This record gives sequence, structure tokens and C-alpha cells, in this order.
Amino acid sequence: MTERLGIVTSGSLEKGVEVKLDRPVSVEDMAVGRYVTVEGQKRRFFGMITDISLGVTDPRLAITPPDVSDDFIAEVLAGTATYGTLRVMPYLTIGGDAASMLEGPQPVKTVPSHFSVVNLASQRDVELVFGREDERRFYLGTPLDMETKICLNLEELVKRSNGVFGKSGTGKTFLTRILLIGMLQKSTAVNLLFDMHSEYGWAGSSEGGRVVKSLKQLFPSSVAVFTLDEESSRRRKVSTDFVVRIGYDEIEPEDVTLLRQTLNLTEPAVEAVYQLRRRLGKNWLQSTLDLRESEEAKELLRELNIHESTFQNLLRGLQTIGRLPFLVPQAPDNPVKSALDYLDRGINVVLEFGRYTDITAYVLVANLLTRRIHAQYRDRMERAMGEAGARPRPLVITIEEAHKFLNPEVSSQTIFGTIAREMRKYNVTLLVIDQRPSGIDSEVMSQMGTKIACLLDNERDIDSVLAGVSGKSELKSVLARLESRQQALIFGHALPMPVVIKTREYGSVRSYKELTSGEGPETKEQAEKDIEELWG
Amino acid sequence: MSTSTHPDRVGEVIAASTTDFVAQCYELYQSPPLGSLVKTRDGSVELYGVVYNATTTSLEPGRRPIARGKDEASEEGIYRQSPQLMKLFRSEFSTLVVGHRQDDRLYHYLPPKPARIHGFVYLCPPAEVKDFSQSFDFLNILISNPLPISNDELVAAVLRQMSQAYEDQHDFLVAAARELAILLSGQLSQLKAILGRIRP
Ligand SMILES: Nc1ncnc2c1ncn2[C@@H]1O[C@H](COP(=O)(O)OP(=O)(O)OP(=O)(O)O)[C@@H](O)[C@H]1O
Ligand SMILES: [Mg+2]
Repeated sequence: MTERLGIVTSGSLEKGVEVKLDRPVSVEDMAVGRYVTVEGQKRRFFGMITDISLGVTDPRLAITPPDVSDDFIAEVLAGTATYGTLRVMPYLTIGGDAASMLEGPQPVKTVPSHFSVVNLASQRDVELVFGREDERRFYLGTPLDMETKICLNLEELVKRSNGVFGKSGTGKTFLTRILLIGMLQKSTAVNLLFDMHSEYGWAGSSEGGRVVKSLKQLFPSSVAVFTLDEESSRRRKVSTDFVVRIGYDEIEPEDVTLLRQTLNLTEPAVEAVYQLRRRLGKNWLQSTLDLRESEEAKELLRELNIHESTFQNLLRGLQTIGRLPFLVPQAPDNPVKSALDYLDRGINVVLEFGRYTDITAYVLVANLLTRRIHAQYRDRMERAMGEAGARPRPLVITIEEAHKFLNPEVSSQTIFGTIAREMRKYNVTLLVIDQRPSGIDSEVMSQMGTKIACLLDNERDIDSVLAGVSGKSELKSVLARLESRQQALIFGHALPMPVVIKTREYGSVRSYKELTSGEGPETKEQAEKDIEELWG
Repeated sequence: MSTSTHPDRVGEVIAASTTDFVAQCYELYQSPPLGSLVKTRDGSVELYGVVYNATTTSLEPGRRPIARGKDEASEEGIYRQSPQLMKLFRSEFSTLVVGHRQDDRLYHYLPPKPARIHGFVYLCPPAEVKDFSQSFDFLNILISNPLPISNDELVAAVLRQMSQAYEDQHDFLVAAARELAILLSGQLSQLKAILGRIRP
């Protein structure tokens, strides 16, 4: 079945081609983001509608509009003197030339010739481009107005750091959950997720207060829930695997640097932290908090050349940290070791924050744990390269509010910036989730392999997500017109071309069933067991 | 009317050029309506034309008739009083050549040679009108030839005449008008003038 839309009338490789719609096709039935094929003379092209416009052959028609209440006039003018046009961005060739026959879709290097016929892409065409669901490919959603599954190669995806963006309520959390399930099933990577709002581990809520199951309920044997707030977890009846406590002595000056803005610290106060650390050693935080008003303290500050007001500013900040209930003078267990134990066994770790949803706690803990885990990974990778050990499993670290870690001011100093930049040198990549991508360092943004963008309406956010993408202005209009939830524009490394999807449904009994049945070979048995437990 | 041979015979060619021919009617005032499709034959070629002008003039060039009805009660009375009047005038019509048929194929462009003098001129029956108007290529000739009457008037008259051959006149007129809208893109006022004259 082909659905003819019109013919190519002009255009360029950079801006895409102009398509004049055939008469029976109404502009009102078109939508940006939809896929089309163009039957060139020698090749078939696969592209996306990026703009829709109205044309008149005579500009006077616009100035003195005809009487369209007269059916006859309206019928005559539609499609002749007045017509609809599409802008189509060709992305791939999908047949006709030798390369695309043998090796599948190829990036376009030219445009279709004049008057090539443009059809709505068929399911087959879309499958040809994005592939079918298989061992590696995970079904993430459907293209606009089609039933075809759009599948993402997750093994490919986790090779780079990636981002999920969109304003509040657009479906980032839902989509990320689906993505995590995909990784759990179709890639060898494990996930460490810093779960600010405690919605990934056990259960989350959906619009209208409905409760949705999260990872551990669906995949009990592949997910461990860590908590910072045991009481909250217990109240929510979450079966947790580990309670995280952090010792004062585990906090490093770098953690404070990251919190500079949040804690309202001055530049000299941050510098003072490094001095105090050097001077007071590993237990610097406790020691500094203990300094108070003593003569001894004054002496020390004079010696280090730290101004009194700077010190007071610093002290206020450190006290905020010190008051965090999960911080203890001496931690009973080592959360880093425990997390690594799970991760090594291929079990994903979700750390929920319970009531400690303020950004100080989040940034502090995520940074601290990530730094240490990354250090371990680096060690092991270096040893593996020297053939003295096995490579650790690829690790994906998921953070929300990513701009707090990756804004231009701190990204060069934090572990997250390092991970984003070093690609996957040490087998660690990031999955960042953020509402305000413009807050993220543009260099970090440019390192991201695949970007998943839900609706964004701020110009700067849109620009930052699309920076460096070819056909940016075309994608911009697509991005700004996504539906306000459960739709996303995905582009980058893991895909042959940008795609707009309606994210697959999450939260119904049926969706759980479908999601849990798509196991990769590794965990298939377990999945069957899980399903057994779930459905009896 | 002289119906000795063919009921649709409406006249005889008395002047011809590549682009048009003039025919004299056998009876006074019997010219086919403006816009009618007519044809005449030249050997194996049939020429099609549309009527764009009709005249009735004195047989003797330069002599004008004089008013005669002052004492008559009706116009018919004038002719009854002076039956010779019917012989003093002639009716003629001019047609624009819009296509031809040769070896059973229709061509919507000018034939190789003009019509022959004394060729009989026939009005095309509805079936033939339909056949001819399957393509709208002839519209271009109607629009672009300089004529003593307005081209818009002629186009409209032709389409109105042709539409009578169709059961669904609306469909025919819309299809024709769409063709015009493309031909006349950029000449909005002309398009509007024609549409106003053919609106069903
Ligand atoms: N794939 C999906 N299936 C079912 N419902 C969805 C899906 N995606 C989004 N929704 C609906 O949209 C609502 C908002 O989604 P979500 O909580 O993921 O937004 P968010 O982008 O994470 O917002 P915030 O930035 O505020 O955290 C959900 O509560 C749910 O009702
Ligand atoms: Mg969310």
C-alpha cells in the first residue's frame, strides 16, 4: 500500500526538499515528524516531514481572497491556485543503489530529482530503517500515526553517554524506566541510578495518583534498592537491599565545590575547604565543624590566611551538610563496596533518597558515590588493559537534575564531567535526565551519543539539545511541536536518523506483561520465573 | 433550413485561414450559439472550431438597410410586408480552429492546413463534444488568441456549451476550471472573471 502525497518541486540537501501536495491530500492531515519515502529516479529516499506550509500561485489571491463560501470557487482553487507544501528532510537512501541494497540504509549524499513522487512511508520502510525487535534492539515506541515499532539498539546506546530531556511532566521518568528495562534486558550494561524522588525502585505514581510498578517489582532478581531514608522506604513498603550511611570522613573538598551555588558559598570559602583538607586530613569536615570559637581556631585561620567572614560563610554551608541525617561520624558499612558487589553480579542498583529530596543531599551523595565507583572502575580497567584482570561490566550511571552536576561552572571539576568527556574509556557512561538542558555545559552536551528530547518550549533549551545536529532548524520545529507528554524526538549515535516516537505505554497490566516478556537470552529464565510470580 | 443532407449541417466555409474560418449560414440568423463546437472536413482531416463571433450583414457591401417599421405593429410584420428582405442579408459565423482529427486520432492543436472554401460545416453532436473535451488542451488556444471578443467570454461560452453534453455538468466545469486555474496562475482577475461566468 502506498499513500501518495505529492511531488518534489525544489530543495537542497541542507534544507531538505519542497513537496507540492497532490490535490486530494489535505494539509490538515499532515504532521511534522512523519516519515515519507521519495521515489527518486535511481534511489529511494527515506525522510521526515519537517515543515508544512501553504502556497498561492498569485500573491494577489492572499490580498483579495476569493469567495470560498462559494463551493465551486473553493473546489476549483484548492490544489491549483492554492496548494499545500511539505518540507521533507531526506536522511537515508533505502534502496536502488548497490550500497543500500547490500548494507541497508545509507546516509544521503544527494537529493531526489525534480518531480519525484513522495509517499507516506510504509511499515516495511520504517522497519527497514530502524530494524526489528531482536536480541539487541528494544521496542521503545511507535512513530507518529503508525503501528510499527521503533526499536533502539541498546548495546550501541550504552557505548556513549546519553540524555533524556523535556520540561516537567512530559514523560522523562516514564521513558527512562522503559529505557532501563530495555538495558536490563538487551544490553550487558548495569545501571546505577540516583533516584531523587524514589520512583524508579519500587513504585512510582502516574498522573491522577495511580501507582505504577517500578523496576524491582517487575524484575526482583535483577534490581537492588538502596535507600538513604530507611524509614521512608519502610513506610512505602519497599523491600530494600541496603541502607546507605555516609561517614563524615568520606566527604571531599570536590563535593563542596559542586555544592557552591546550592550552599551559597563564596569563592574563597571553597578555596578554604581545600586548605582545611590539606591541613586537617581525612577527618577535615568533623574537625572544621568542631573548630568553633576557640583561640586555637583563630590561630589556624590566621595561619591559613582564611578571613573570618569567609570562614563563617563556609561554616554555615558545612553545617547544612552536617545536618543531613544519613551522614554519620563513622559509617557502619561501605556503600561503595556493596553497590559494586551488586553491579558486578549484573544487578542494577537504584538508590532512593526518600525524604531527602533537596538538591544538597542529591548532589553530595551522587557525586561522592560516583567518584569512588568510577575510581574502582578505572583501576580495574587499567588492570584489565595490562591483562591482570577482567574488564568490569559496562556501567551506566543515571542522574536527574543533571545541570546541577554538569553546568559550565562545575562540569570541568566533577566526576560527571569527566565521565561525560572520556566517553567510555573506563566502561562507565552517563544517562542524564534534565528539564533545563541549557544549564548543561555545551561541551558535555556535544559528547552525548544519543539524545531523547520530550517537549521543550524554551528556546535556549531547544538550542542546547539540538546544537551541532545537522538540519537543526528543521528538527527544531519538530521538537517544539511534540505533544505535551509521551512523545519524544530521538536522535544521535544509536539511530540511523532522527525519529519522533509516541513512547510505548507504561503502567497497565498489559504493559508490564509485555515489558517483562521481552527478555534477552541472559535473563530469560529469570524473567519466566518473575512472570510466574507476578501473574501466578 | 436546408436539411437536404444532414440535420446538423449549419453552413459552408466562405473564408479560411490557419487559425480560423468563416462560414455562411444557409438561413438568415441560423448561426450556432456562441461557443459551439463545429467541424468541417478537408479530405481525411476533420477540423474542429468553436464559434466566437456571428454577424448578419447586407449582401451588397456598403449598403445599409433602412428602418421600415414605422407603420408596423410588430417586427414580424416588417418581414411579412417585404419578404425579399430575407434575401438581402446574410448571416455568417466565425470559428476559431481548436483542433483536428486525422486517422481517428484527436489533436488539440492546429491542423496542417486551413479549411477549404465551400466545405460543409456541421454542429458536433454531444457524443463528439464529450470526446473532444476529454482533454482541456484546447483551452490554451482560447485564452491566447487575439479575438474581436473578450477571450474570457469565449472560454466561458465554450465551457458552458460543452458542459451541456455531460450528465454531471458540475464535475465537468470544476475539472475545466481547475485546468484554467493552473493556466491562469498569476492572472487572478482573468480567472475570477471566467469562474464567475461558468459557475453552475
Ligand atoms: N509512556 C507512558 N505511558 C503512560 N503514561 C505516560 C507515559 N509517559 C508519560 N506518561 C504520563 O505523563 C505523566 C508525566 O510523566 P513523567 O512523570 O515521566 O514526567 P517527567 O518528565 O518525569 O516530569 P518531571 O520533570 O516533573 O519529573 C505520567 O504521570 C503519566 O501519567
Ligand atoms: Mg520525572
